[in-house]
Amino acid sequence: MTEPARRSGAARLAEGLGERVYAMLQDLGDIFTLFLQVVSWIPRPPSEFRNVVKQMEEVGVRSMPVVLVTATFTGMVLALQSYSGFQRFGATSFVGSVVALSITRELGPVFAGLMVSGRVGASMAAELGTMKVTEQIDALVTLATNPVKYLVVPRVLAATVVLPVLVVFADLVGILGGYFVAVYLLGANPYVYIAKTYQYLQMKDIYTGLIKASVFGMLIALISCHHGFIAQGGAEGVGRATTRAVVASSMMVLISDYFMTSFMF
Amino acid sequence: MIEIRGLCKRFGRKVVLDGVDLAIPKGKNTVVIGGSGTGKSVLIKCAVGLLRPDAGEILIDGADITKMNEAERVRVRQKFGMLFQGAALFDSLDVGDNVAFALRRLKLYPERQIRDVVEEKLSMVGLRDVQRLMPAELSGGMKKRVGLARAIASEPDILLYDEPTTGLDPIMADVINDLIISLRETLGVTSIAITHDMASACKIADSIAMLYRGKIIEVGTPDEIRATSNPVVAQFVAGRAHGPITDENEEFVRFVRRTHAADEGTRRG
Repeated sequence: MTEPARRSGAARLAEGLGERVYAMLQDLGDIFTLFLQVVSWIPRPPSEFRNVVKQMEEVGVRSMPVVLVTATFTGMVLALQSYSGFQRFGATSFVGSVVALSITRELGPVFAGLMVSGRVGASMAAELGTMKVTEQIDALVTLATNPVKYLVVPRVLAATVVLPVLVVFADLVGILGGYFVAVYLLGANPYVYIAKTYQYLQMKDIYTGLIKASVFGMLIALISCHHGFIAQGGAEGVGRATTRAVVASSMMVLISDYFMTSFMF
Repeated sequence: MIEIRGLCKRFGRKVVLDGVDLAIPKGKNTVVIGGSGTGKSVLIKCAVGLLRPDAGEILIDGADITKMNEAERVRVRQKFGMLFQGAALFDSLDVGDNVAFALRRLKLYPERQIRDVVEEKLSMVGLRDVQRLMPAELSGGMKKRVGLARAIASEPDILLYDEPTTGLDPIMADVINDLIISLRETLGVTSIAITHDMASACKIADSIAMLYRGKIIEVGTPDEIRATSNPVVAQFVAGRAHGPITDENEEFVRFVRRTHAADEGTRRG
């Protein structure tokens, strides 16, 4: 009882920090194990095709509006900012290239990833967390069904496949948003804008963005399912799991984005 | 026939099961009684392989489930049906799909027969025309009955009941008791129920075992248990607030208060 009180503040701080780091490493390890389990369950029967389609609808169709709105405004603000910046050294004709490259390489996938972390990550963690605390996951096991196969595999597959699709649309409306602001509000020449967009945009910019999106989708689904699975302690526990899932998957989107970018370019 | 030998399970430093020995005879209802948090749920979750015990054996028809790999456990689990405390129905599926869940996963019947099979299972628990309802639309008693229909759907040899009557009004509790008895008679299943409801235990049990401090301290028929000479069992059966079970708690509380006061004293001094 009295022992911890005697320790200095620094020691307690270090201890707390150590515990945090330990918990984080354990989470990472568990998520990697979950990934391996998912991979090993994918080829085994019965097929979860219907569940995958259902999840694709949940992740894809339902996230489309938020992703489109985010991407449109990102493209618009990019055009606005780069136009006023480039005006200082008379390079406004490059606004189209800047918007197109930033959106396809970076902002399209990252903002879509962050939006999906919030929307889909939260709902996956909350749904699986509720199933955990109400013993529905135990019930699955007693009904001859592996929970990883039935619940995690469809979510991971759906998110991995659907996120790049979302990003294709995000790229498109982002570039259109930039075009709209540059041409109609700032008076840029539409032919120059389109020509510059084409001139510097390569296929590689687009497909690296889509690969990133795919990885983000997989990470978001894995992390959120993991936090749902380890939820305990009723409604409060489910709330905690949901928060953790959103925070962890948003951070992982940004962290993995840096490393993927450094490998790809 | 299920035989549990020397079963131990700890969570962190808390020892929940400390060498449980129990034999569950074939075709009988065995009820495990004990206070809340004494590890009754842990015991049946170990039996069905949802939890892995730290030590001991659980022999299901002679095969030890604790030593099996996952594939073998999946096969053995098909002998089990389990009714969960809160029924644990899948809220995203309607009643029909809930009851048909294992039938579809295991492909026990062709799809066109499934509705009829499900209707038959539901009628065994006294329900009809509920297949299209969602779990959220059901009362507590109906949920338990649907949960029971789901548990018996794949025709298991062994049924596990986790607090079958908890949270139900006395009449519905008795309906569930009658169902448990009739299922044993019509299906001839072996069953284990855990409960702290003595009225239910005495009604459904062929034998009652009391779990206390991680061990089975007494096994007997309901009559034997009611006439017990063991003061711990007697207190539980009679449901008295004072007796050996609670005295220890009170002593513990007094002990904590004493040491706490002593701590305060040294800190001030």
